[in-house]
Amino acid sequence: MFENLQDKLGRAFRLLSGKGRISEKNIEEAVKQVKLSLLEADVNYKVVKEFINGVTEKSLGEEVLKSFSPDQQFIKIVRDELINMLGERSSPLRLSSQPARIMMVGLQGSGKTTTSAKLATLLRKEGKKPLLVAADVYRPAAIDQLVQLGKQIDIPVFTGDRRNPVVIVKEAMQQAIKNINDVVILDTAGRLHIDDTMMSELKEIAALVKPDEILMVVDAMTGQDAVNSAKAFNEALELSGFVVTKLDGDARGGVILSIRHVTGKPVKFIGVSEKPDGLEVFYPDRVAGRILGLGDVLSLIDKI
Amino acid sequence: MGIFSRIKEGLKKTRDGFFKNVKKLLSFDRLDENTLEEIEELLILSDMGSETSQEVISALRERTHKGRNPTEVLKDVLTEILDIPYEQKTGKPYVISVVGVNGTGKTTTIGKLSGLYSQQGKRVVLAACDTFRAAAVEQLRVWSDRSGVDFISQGQGADSAAVAFDAINHAVSKGKDVVIIDTAGRLHTKSNLMEELKKVHRVIGKAVQGAPHEVLLVIDATTGQNGLIQAAKFKEAVNVTGIVLTKLDGTAKGGIIFAIVKELGIPVKYIGVGEKIDDLKPFKPSEFVEALLSNDEESSEEV
Ligand SMILES: Nc1nc2c(ncn2[C@@H]2O[C@H](COP(=O)(O)OP(=O)(O)OP(=O)(O)O)[C@@H](O)[C@H]2O)c(=O)[nH]1
Ligand SMILES: Nc1nc2c(ncn2[C@@H]2O[C@H](COP(=O)(O)OP(=O)(O)OP(=O)(O)O)[C@@H](O)[C@H]2O)c(=O)[nH]1
Ligand SMILES: [Mg+2]
Ligand SMILES: [Mg+2]
Repeated sequence: MFENLQDKLGRAFRLLSGKGRISEKNIEEAVKQVKLSLLEADVNYKVVKEFINGVTEKSLGEEVLKSFSPDQQFIKIVRDELINMLGERSSPLRLSSQPARIMMVGLQGSGKTTTSAKLATLLRKEGKKPLLVAADVYRPAAIDQLVQLGKQIDIPVFTGDRRNPVVIVKEAMQQAIKNINDVVILDTAGRLHIDDTMMSELKEIAALVKPDEILMVVDAMTGQDAVNSAKAFNEALELSGFVVTKLDGDARGGVILSIRHVTGKPVKFIGVSEKPDGLEVFYPDRVAGRILGLGDVLSLIDKI
Repeated sequence: MGIFSRIKEGLKKTRDGFFKNVKKLLSFDRLDENTLEEIEELLILSDMGSETSQEVISALRERTHKGRNPTEVLKDVLTEILDIPYEQKTGKPYVISVVGVNGTGKTTTIGKLSGLYSQQGKRVVLAACDTFRAAAVEQLRVWSDRSGVDFISQGQGADSAAVAFDAINHAVSKGKDVVIIDTAGRLHTKSNLMEELKKVHRVIGKAVQGAPHEVLLVIDATTGQNGLIQAAKFKEAVNVTGIVLTKLDGTAKGGIIFAIVKELGIPVKYIGVGEKIDDLKPFKPSEFVEALLSNDEESSEEV
């Protein structure tokens, strides 16, 4: 079941070797394997369809280069198309306000609170002086969780009245100015994108603080529905980007492609452990092979 | 409101967004290949996976004859996958261990379960064996207060097997009926953490004959194909006896359970449809599928 895409493509392409040109007929099987591989990686079905059309179009009529075997050439086309869809470069944070404001949002349990602490750690390394704000008054012990994380990493946490997220956030901004914090990270409660009351709360907070960054935190194991939640959060809040967490497991992370494609917003960071230092800048090319289930083939292609 | 309509209410968004379309498709009296393809797409969009979806489609194709309503056939096919027999162990105290990857809803499910058992007059003990994640202990304490049940903890950083042992001894000496163990979220790929979980279970087994009597794996309904691997790995490590499918109050369909039940033979036992204490429902295959496909007023208006 979890047979390598490379093996499958190899088989599909035995038919193709010796032919000078890729044609619709002879890549049919290879295209099907790529499609199944992307679905297995949880890329959204509709995104897969578009992707496959793009790849087929690009493959057709292309001369098979001498230095490539046909399967390598096909994989290269697939890889390039994937990176094209993921965005070429990493996307740094844009923090221009004084103090800068980062708002973390997302579905329940995706990793917002943990990522807030990780981001604070990362920014401090860059010489910043962050303030964490506990604006989740709903989940049991959510405030304690952030307070404890703050203690672990020695970064202050503002808790305010522990009752009203909008009031907490308002007071936190004053506190940041008083204490000369140059970046404020708001941890908000997890919520469903179809919960209108809770989504309005986020809009109210965003209107109040005018965040430099609104990052939606998405679990790497998410399946087909990710496009719906990402779209809804983006429509409500105009996201600036995503953080995809839990990539230290074996999820293929097809969700990265889906959310980028449906919102046009970049993934800025990935979460790779439960610890405060487990946050990395996202590089699209490094995740392409993982999504495709291609292992090391891609680095080989890079060398050719 | 009856339990069935409450399940339906929890699943309303699911049904509206997804099976409404199926119904539209199935209002055709013949299933041509185009229609089947569209149904397959909808099944894949529910996270059923392409393999399982294709099997469902094959069964649908084979079993739809003249005079048989395709919707009914699809219901049957889907229900049959989920409806598998299982044995229910007993014990006193009855020990339930709740496991899964990070953030799926384990602690919340335990809070709801303790409410459910308390309502049935059972005396419950919660064991705070997630000694790793920040404020996990505090989170469980809040739930034990809500349901008014006993709470055993040794604080953060303690040995989780020791906490489990402590909780079971407490239950034995006080004559309690149910012990529920909250374990830390862990990715199934982390062998050291999976070993730690096995150790907790070994200690539980030594404290009470046959325990843990129930091992519930909590799967988030938004989970894609990784859910099948999670279930396989947790089953291999700690012999999972049931699935809890959480967050069904969103728009995700939880279709991965079809693959899990079919491939691994683990039954689904509960569904989570919210964050409140009574938002846990026993899972009934036919009700689940029925609620997804049912032809009630709101959706017939929309069709
Ligand atoms: N392995 C791993 N675990 C992670 C990562 N990020 C977060 N987690 C874990 O995921 C679980 C949920 O994380 P939280 O930070 O509490 O998630 P949240 O989005 O704040 O949750 P709510 O506030 O309830 O919506 C915890 O067990 C975290 O330790 C990651 O990158 N890798
Ligand atoms: N909407 C909804 N949210 C849920 C449901 N079950 C749990 N949650 C939320 O999901 C988030 C994570 O729940 P937890 O119970 O902390 O998850 P966990 O598996 O114990 O997390 P870790 O211990 O960090 O691995 C919380 O915000 C819960 O309120 C559900 O059925 N529906
Ligand atoms: Mg949180
Ligand atoms: Mg927990």
